[in-house]
Formats: sequence, C-alpha cells, structure tokens
Amino acid sequence: MYEILRKEILSDVNKRMDIAVPDVARKARAGQFVIVRVDEHGERIPLTIADYDREAGTITLIFQEVGKTTMHLGMLEPGDELATVAGPLGHPTEIEHYGTVVCVGGGVGIAPIYPIARALREVGNTIISIIGARSKDLLFWEDKMRAASDELIVCTDDGSYGRKALVTEPLRELLERPDAEIARVWAIGPAIMMKFCAATTEPFNVPTIVSLNTIMIDGTGMCGGCRVQLTDGAKFVCVDGPEFDAHEVDWDLLLARQRFYLEEEKQAVERWQHTCRLVEAREQVDTLAEREVVK
Amino acid sequence: MTELTNRERLTIPRQVMPTQKPRVRRTNFEEVALGFTPELARQEAERCLQCARPRCVEGCPVGVLIPQFIQALRERDMEGAVRAMKEKNNLPAICGRVCPQETQCEVQCVLSKKGQPVAIGRLERFVGDYELTYRTCPLERPEDTGKRVAVIGSGPAGLTCAVDLGRRGHQVTVFESLHAPGGVLTYGIPEFRLPKGVVRAEIEYAAECLGIEVRPDAVIGRLYTIDELLSEQGFDAVFLGTGAGLPTFLRIPGINYNGVMSANEFLTRVNLMKGYLFPQYDTPVKVGKRVAVVGAGNVAMDAARCSLRLQTLDARETGEELGEVHIVYRRSRTEVPARAEEVHHAEEEGIVFDFLTNPVEIYGDKDGNVCGMRCIRMELGEPDESGRRRPIPIQGSEFDMDVDMVIMALGTRPNPLVFYDAAGLERTKWGTVVADEETGRTTKPQVWAGGDVVTGAATVISAMGAGKQAAADIDRFLRGEVNPW
Repeated sequence: MYEILRKEILSDVNKRMDIAVPDVARKARAGQFVIVRVDEHGERIPLTIADYDREAGTITLIFQEVGKTTMHLGMLEPGDELATVAGPLGHPTEIEHYGTVVCVGGGVGIAPIYPIARALREVGNTIISIIGARSKDLLFWEDKMRAASDELIVCTDDGSYGRKALVTEPLRELLERPDAEIARVWAIGPAIMMKFCAATTEPFNVPTIVSLNTIMIDGTGMCGGCRVQLTDGAKFVCVDGPEFDAHEVDWDLLLARQRFYLEEEKQAVERWQHTCRLVEAREQVDTLAEREVVK
Repeated sequence: MTELTNRERLTIPRQVMPTQKPRVRRTNFEEVALGFTPELARQEAERCLQCARPRCVEGCPVGVLIPQFIQALRERDMEGAVRAMKEKNNLPAICGRVCPQETQCEVQCVLSKKGQPVAIGRLERFVGDYELTYRTCPLERPEDTGKRVAVIGSGPAGLTCAVDLGRRGHQVTVFESLHAPGGVLTYGIPEFRLPKGVVRAEIEYAAECLGIEVRPDAVIGRLYTIDELLSEQGFDAVFLGTGAGLPTFLRIPGINYNGVMSANEFLTRVNLMKGYLFPQYDTPVKVGKRVAVVGAGNVAMDAARCSLRLQTLDARETGEELGEVHIVYRRSRTEVPARAEEVHHAEEEGIVFDFLTNPVEIYGDKDGNVCGMRCIRMELGEPDESGRRRPIPIQGSEFDMDVDMVIMALGTRPNPLVFYDAAGLERTKWGTVVADEETGRTTKPQVWAGGDVVTGAATVISAMGAGKQAAADIDRFLRGEVNPW
C-alpha cells in the first residue's frame, strides 16, 4: 500500500497528490508514468509522473476527474493509501540540447509537460511554452511553467483567462515567426489536441513529440491493449513509448481505440455517482439522527 | 480393509471426478472439475499396482513420489500423503489442476497399456486441497544461511525456485510486476480451471512457512535492474522466472480495430482484474456475439471458454440469444497443442472448431470496430522443423467469417523489459535467455533462469521443474560448492 502524503486541489476537476513510494521516486525521470490502482476492486490506469522528490521519496501525480477511477482517487485524502503504484514505466524523455523548444501543455497535460520543460531548460534549451485549457478554472501551474520557460503563452478556449485561442494558434504563429528556429515541439494533452498540434507542425517539418495516454492494463508490454499504429507498424505505448513522433501516429485509429469502452466507462461513472449520493444521503440521515439525540 | 490382490485392483474402474454439467458451467466462472471425494480418492488409490520400477515418476518433470503418496492415501494416512507429495512438489493443488498428466505421468502408468491409467493428477489435487484446508505438515524453515536470493517473477518457475531455496535456509525475495502473485496462474488461467483462491492460498502458505517475502508492483528492469539487485540491493544470486508474457499478433491487415485483442489482454481483464464481475470490479471486459479465437493451445481454449461464459452472462441480462465462439486453427485436430481435457471441455460447452483455417484479413466498420474476418482454407504438407505437418494455403479458397471480435492466442515471447541494462546476459534470436538445461545457469555471473523465459511458452510443470533444478544449483553456489563463472 502506498500512502498519500499531500493533496492539492488545482481546480474543480484537477487534483494533485504526492505519494510515498521511495523506490519509484529514486528512479523516476521526466516522461515516465506509473500504473495506479485505487483499491482491491480498482482498475489499473496509467498516470504520468508530474514530479518527484528523491529525498522525500515521493512522486507527484496530477489527474483530471474524468472517469470512475479518477473521481474515486480525487475523493481520497492524505493518510489514505493506494493499492498499487507500479513504475517508473515507459522510456524517459530524451533530454538533449536541441536549441529552441516549444512545450505545449493542454488541460491536465500541463502536468506532464512541466518536468519535461524544466529538464530541457536545465540542459540549455530555450523554452517557449504554451499552456491552454477550456476555461480559466481548468488552468494550473502557470507560475511553475513560467519559471521553467523563457517565454510563456497562456490561452483558454473561451477567453476567460489569457488569450482566447486553441493552443494550435500561438503554436502556428511561433512557427511562422521569421526568426523562429524552432528545433523541436513537445505537445501533451488530449489526443485531439495532440493530433492538431501534429498537423500544425508538419508543414514546417519541425520534429514533434507527443506523449500518448491509452488504455492499459499491466503497463509492461503484456496485454497489447495500448497499441498504436505508427508509419512503420504497431507499437506499444507502455514499453515503446509513451513518447512518439507525432507525425507518424495514426490519430484517427488512436481516437477510435480510446472510445472502445466508452459505454462501460459511462456505466461505471453513473454507478459511482449513485453510490456517492447514497453515502451522502446516509450521512445526512445520520446527522439528523444525531441532532435528534442531542435534543 | 484387507489388502487387495493386483488382479482385484485391475477390476476397479477409473473413478470419475464429479464436474459441473456443461449447460450449467457455461453460465458461471466457478470451477468445472469438482475434485474427488475422500471415498472416490481411496477407490482410485486402490487401483495403483505399486510398481517396483514406477514409470510414472520418470514422466514427471519434478519427480513426484507418486507410488508413495498413493500408498499413504490407501492407508488413510493423509499426513503421510502430504509429506510424500511435498518431498518434490510444493504446489500440488495447482499442479493437480493444470499439469498435462496424460502426456507425463499417466501416459507412463502400466494400467494405461490395457485400459485407463491411475488418475494421478486428480489424486494429487485431492492431496493438495486437503493440505490447504488442514495444514497438517507445514514446510519447515531450516537455520538461516545468511544468503539472499532475488527471484524475479512469481509464476510457476519463480515460486518453485523460491520455495526450494527457502527450504534450504536462504532468504528469498520474490519480485512480481503485477499487483497479485502467481504469474500466468493468476492473470492467465481462468478461475473455472484454477481458482484464484487456491493459487493465493498455496503461495501464502508456503511463503508464511518459509519467511519468503513477496513484493508486488515491482517491475524489474525499471524499478531495479538485475545489476542493481546484485550490487546495491545486496542479493547473492538472482533467478529469472519472468515467463513469456509478450503477445503475438498476426501480421495481417486490420489487427488494430476495436475488438481485436491478444488473449493476454482478454484473459488478464477476466482473471486478474475480474472483469466478469464488472461493475462490482472496475475493469470492463467486452465480448462479441460472434467470437473467433485464433490458435488452439491451452490459452486459446481458456479464451474461448471465457468468451462463452461472458456471452451467456450477457444473454441473461439482455434476454437476447446466445452467441457463438469459434476456435480458428490452421492445422488439423491431430496437431492441436492444448491439453486433451481442455479441448474436451471446450467441445462439451459448445465451442466450434474450425480446423485448417487461417485468417488473412480483419474487416472494420466506419467506427473502427471489427465486422468480419477473411480466412483461407489450409491443407497439411510435409512435416516442418517442429515435426508437425506444415499447413499450406489452398489457392482460391478464401471465405468470409461473420465475427465481431477476434482474440489472438498465437503464443507468447519473453518480455524484454527485465533485461534492461543486463550486460552479459546472452539471449537467443527469439528473445529467450540462454541457460544451461540442467542447472539454469545463464551467461551472466550469479544469474539463473528457468521456465518460459528460457524455453518459450511451455507448461506450468516444466517451468516448475526448471525452477527446482535452478534452486538446487543456486544452493550449491551459495554454499561455495561450485562457482561456474
């Protein structure tokens, strides 16, 4: 069992947790992920290691509550324990000196892009970052990203904060800058955002790296559920990735594969919300009963 | 009871083990074979002729003392039976259920020459189950040698090696990458063939007795490399029993459509994650109305029989009619690699076998879901290097199968993750580890290997045999009797 040491609510649906798992923290590097299981009945989901503290023996996970598992995770508090934290899995990001690098983080993708931007900057790259979300309340870590970047562009889809734009717009402008010598782009976020980032950079021939988040079970290459189609054949996200050349990914297939269990995911969420309502109702009844007793 | 003569013993028929009826069992995930009752077990034990030179023992990869444990059973000495069993086999409740006895011990039984062999496997299971319930003779832990061994992988090879090393007084830590120990016994073999409660109980019992530490969620290669285990983690020896966990997909168009999956994924969802209990358990598992399982090994049988059960459960809920499950195999019935009992059970349950058939393409609809599979008929030619007759496509015999799910059960290869940064560990072009057949020694000092990671996908018991041999050699090394490097 792995204890939650700290919890921070970044926005309504985005939460941060520091987990005590010293031997994973010892080995973790930017770009890697862990497989998490909340309890004995839980499913195994991959979550990117957003940060780590080797001395404290902790890793930082950031997740958006989108399904039953992440909702359940979001309800846990410091002192609670997770049934499984296995990792660090996947290849770490190839941190080298490239020159000027654009780091794009969309939504909860801001979390995994942060350690990459920081590590790239540490080895001398010039970092221009773009972070974006649907609206202001879904943004987080602006300060951290600013500190890890030479230039930061913030945008929201609805214009409630920063520039009103999708992340691809400032990305295109950067690529079009006459003096721009962009060596590489990292883009992490929802699959659809990564797809359009890839489409944006392709005409400019700028190597673009994405970190894919697919359905996974074991995370060690055993099930093949995470397979993606690249130009030169199928690859497993868990052991061959999670980072890939964005221009080689078959995005439509990836999006279709992500939808495979949509119905079941919906069913699980409904069941979870129903359970939560029952628990809440039960608590209200208990409180009323207590008041009765006090009277 | 008076002692029977051999002539009398020959007149006792092989006892039939009670099983769930096919119509009933396809509606549940509970165990199919229900096990001998004490009376049936004693009757069956009476059939053994106690040969002076028991051939059955020669057929067993771990050399179980078969006549001895059967004799004890006959004398109603359960503790004696357990003790005889545990001389060689520490996991009898598991072996009794999953060993291919018909090609190992039972095929050697003298009775099989004239009729039915003694049901050694079923008696073994009877002894194993008895011990899990009553714990009459726990394994004893000798004095600590102060030596530490890291066993990587908690499947049949790793577990056997760990237990044998523990019995010799070494401190053993077993590293398992998944959250539950057992390897293929846990994620692969279904509940109805090997209940997970039995696997867990067998592992816990042995680990408790011998002070073996089992560490789940530990992905060796990532968390620690083999070199780190030997250096900074202070282990004196490493045993690699990581099995063959990587799935193989056919190289045909359409394998990435939704509804095409590896048997590994399907079985892991069902067994390890308990997908058949969704939504009580969080991991969903889907099953098609018309499922094709490609391959005809034990894994294929397991995947087909799980599909059938899921279909029946679905049909119960929706009121719609039952689906169909096909085994699609490119060779003929004679070459089927699965255990005879599994094929028999699958057929009884209504699985359809399409022999001499090979998929050439999988079709998908506009949403990316499987909607059909194109196959070609095959015929058998000359034997190939495996000794089996080579399947050859019959030109122009292509036809379409109406399927909405395809499960690939085409064999597995070792997972290379564990070899990360393991300099000096030689492997073959198939990705298996080069290891001495007798001792399990690899080309890397202080590292042994055994089971599927060395042989490629094989059986539970052969992996146990390899784990056993390696444990004996590791013990000699740790006592300073040999140093092969």
